[in-house]
Amino acid sequence: MSATLEKGVRVLKEVIDAPIASYFNSCVHCGLCAEACLFYTETGDPRYTPIHKLEPLRRVYEQEYTLLGRLKKVIGLSKPVTDDELDEWQELVYNSCTLCGRCSAVCPVGNDIVYMVRKFREGMSASGHSPEGIRGAVERTVTVGSPMNVKLPAVQAQMKHVEEDYGIPIPLDAEGSEYMVLLSSMEIMNFPEYLGAVAKIMRQAGKRWTLCSTAFEATNAGIQIGNSDLARLIVSRIVEGAERLKVKTVISPECGHAYTALRWEGANLMGRPFTFEVKHIIEVLGEFQQQGLLKTEGFETDRLTFHDPCQLARRGGVIQQQRSLMNQVAQNFVEMPEAGYMNWCCGGGGGASAIEEGEALRMKAFKKKTAQFEAVRPDRVVTACANCRINLEEGLEHYQMDIPVIGLTEMIAEHIPDNAPQAATQS
Amino acid sequence: MNDLLFLTWVRSTGLNIAIGIFLLGVLWRLFEIYSLGRKTDLSAPRHAPGASGLHTVFRRSLPPPGMLKRSPVSYIGGYIFHIGLAIVVFLFVPHILLVTNLTGLSWPGLPSQFVDLAAVVTMAAMIVVLVDRINKPAKRFLSTFEDWFTWAVTFLPVLTGWMAVQHLLLPYTLMLALHILSVEILLVVLPFTKLFHAFTLFGSRWYNGRANGHKGVPV
Repeated sequence: MSATLEKGVRVLKEVIDAPIASYFNSCVHCGLCAEACLFYTETGDPRYTPIHKLEPLRRVYEQEYTLLGRLKKVIGLSKPVTDDELDEWQELVYNSCTLCGRCSAVCPVGNDIVYMVRKFREGMSASGHSPEGIRGAVERTVTVGSPMNVKLPAVQAQMKHVEEDYGIPIPLDAEGSEYMVLLSSMEIMNFPEYLGAVAKIMRQAGKRWTLCSTAFEATNAGIQIGNSDLARLIVSRIVEGAERLKVKTVISPECGHAYTALRWEGANLMGRPFTFEVKHIIEVLGEFQQQGLLKTEGFETDRLTFHDPCQLARRGGVIQQQRSLMNQVAQNFVEMPEAGYMNWCCGGGGGASAIEEGEALRMKAFKKKTAQFEAVRPDRVVTACANCRINLEEGLEHYQMDIPVIGLTEMIAEHIPDNAPQAATQS
Repeated sequence: MNDLLFLTWVRSTGLNIAIGIFLLGVLWRLFEIYSLGRKTDLSAPRHAPGASGLHTVFRRSLPPPGMLKRSPVSYIGGYIFHIGLAIVVFLFVPHILLVTNLTGLSWPGLPSQFVDLAAVVTMAAMIVVLVDRINKPAKRFLSTFEDWFTWAVTFLPVLTGWMAVQHLLLPYTLMLALHILSVEILLVVLPFTKLFHAFTLFGSRWYNGRANGHKGVPV
C-alpha cells in the first residue's frame, strides 16, 4: 500500500460530499474561525486560519465538482494539487489542528470545518503526507495492538498490581458482563490508578464488568491520521470483543479521541450499527450518580477547576455530567472562562501530541490554557482525558506553573470508602 | 446609444438575461452541490433539547460566547449591512412595484426617507467591513480577487441607487440605468461566487446542526 499523490487526490475526491460542497460555497472569508483557533490566537500567524488549512481540498472540490471549475481545468486555468503543496500543508492539517472543533462552533455560515479537516486527512494520509509520529502510532496499534507497544502481559501485570493494591479482583473475558471496560495505553503505562478507580466504583455500584483480552486498547490513531481502513481494523477488534463477550455497554476510558472513534465513527467505519452501547466513563459515572449508586465520603477542599476534553464536551455532548460529579466531591470547584462547550483545547488532541516537530508550536498555543488557568488560579486541574492530562502537565511545566493535573474518575474513586457496603451484584 | 435607450435596454433585454442567468445559475448550483449527497450516520443518536439542524439555522445568526468581543466589527458591521441591504432591496417602494409588475406579488414598503438613511448606513457599514478586511491579518490573508470583486458588485447597486434617488453626479436617467445594470451584474455573478452563500448558508448550518444534533450537541 504505497502512498502516492494520485491516490491521495482520488481519496480527496471520494470524501467530498454535499455538506463539504455546501461548506466551501458558503465561506465568505470572514476569518472568524481564526479567532476561535488557539493556534491562530496565540501565534497571530494567519496561515493557521482553520478554513485556510483546507485550501487544497477546496481546489479539488472546485476542479472536480463544479461546472466552472471543470471548465477552468479543461482550458488549463486551474492549479492542480501537488506533492510539494500537500507537504507544506502537513503542518497545517496535523501539527496545528487538534480537531477540537471550536472553528465549527463559531462559523457564522455554519461550516463544520473540523469535519472537513478530518476528511482532508484521509487524502493526506493516502498521499503520504501524514506526520511520522502519528504514522508510528498507527503502525504499532495495527501490528502490536497499542500505540505505545502495550501488549496483554503488560495489562495483566497492571491488573495484578491493582488487585493487590485495592484488594478487588479485576475480571478478564467475563462473558455476559454488563460493561466491558477499555483502557488507553497512556492509562496502562502512566495512570494505572484509573483501573483501580473503575474497580472500586463498579464494586460499589454492584455492576458486572470485565476487561477483554483481545480488545483492551481504546485509542484509535487511525482516526487521527485519517486512514479509515486502519481505523476500521482497530475498531473491529473492540466490536468483535464486545460481541464475543455479549456485553451491553462498552466503556470508553478517559480519552477523547477513543470516545469519538468508537461512539461516533465506529458504526460508520464498520458499516453497521453496533449491537451494544458505547459510553464514556464520565457518562457511566453520571448515570451511577443519578441512580444513587455512587456514594462518596468527604470533600476536596482546595480550589479545583475542570478542563473539558474537546471530544467529550464540544464534540461529544457530555458537558453536565462532569460538573455534577465535581460538585459531589469538591467544595471549591471553580469554572474557567469559556469552560464547557466552548472550552479551549489543551493543544495536544487529534494526534498532535504524537508529533515531535510540532512541540514548539504546541507550547506556544498552550498560552491560551495558561490564560484560562490564571483567570481562576486553581490549586489543581481535573480532567477526563489521559492525553489532555499529559499535555496539560507538559504545558504547565513549560510555563513553570505548579498546578497538578488529575483524572476525574480517580478523584471520585478516592472518595469511595474502601469498606463501602457492596451493592448486590446485578446480572 | 442615448441614456433613454440604455435605460430601456437594461429594463427589458438586460433584465431578462440577468434574471435568466440568475435563476438557471441558482438552480444549477444548488443541484451541483446538494446532489452529491452524504452517507447515513449509523452511530446511535443521542437526543438533546435544542440540538438539530433547524435550531442551528437560526442560532448561528447570533455570535457564540466570547466571539462578539473578539471580532466586534465582523458581527456589528455584518448585521448592519445585511439588514440594511434587506431593507433597501425589499422595502423600497419602487423595488416592490417592480416585483409587482413582474410577478403580481406586493407588500408594504417603508417611507423613502427611511430607505435613504438605510442606504447610507449600509454603505458606511460596508466600507467599515472592507477596512476591517484590509486591517485584520486573517481576513486580509484569506482575501482573494473574488472577495474585493464581490464587495464591489454588492456595493455598486446601493451606491448608484442612492445617487439616482438623490440626483447626484449624473442625469437621473443615466444613473438609474447604471443602477439597474449594476444590479444585473450582481444577479449574474451571485450564483458563481461566494455571494452564493445567500443560498447555501441555510444548508451548511443545517448540516452542521444535524451532524452535531445527532451527538446531542446544540451547536
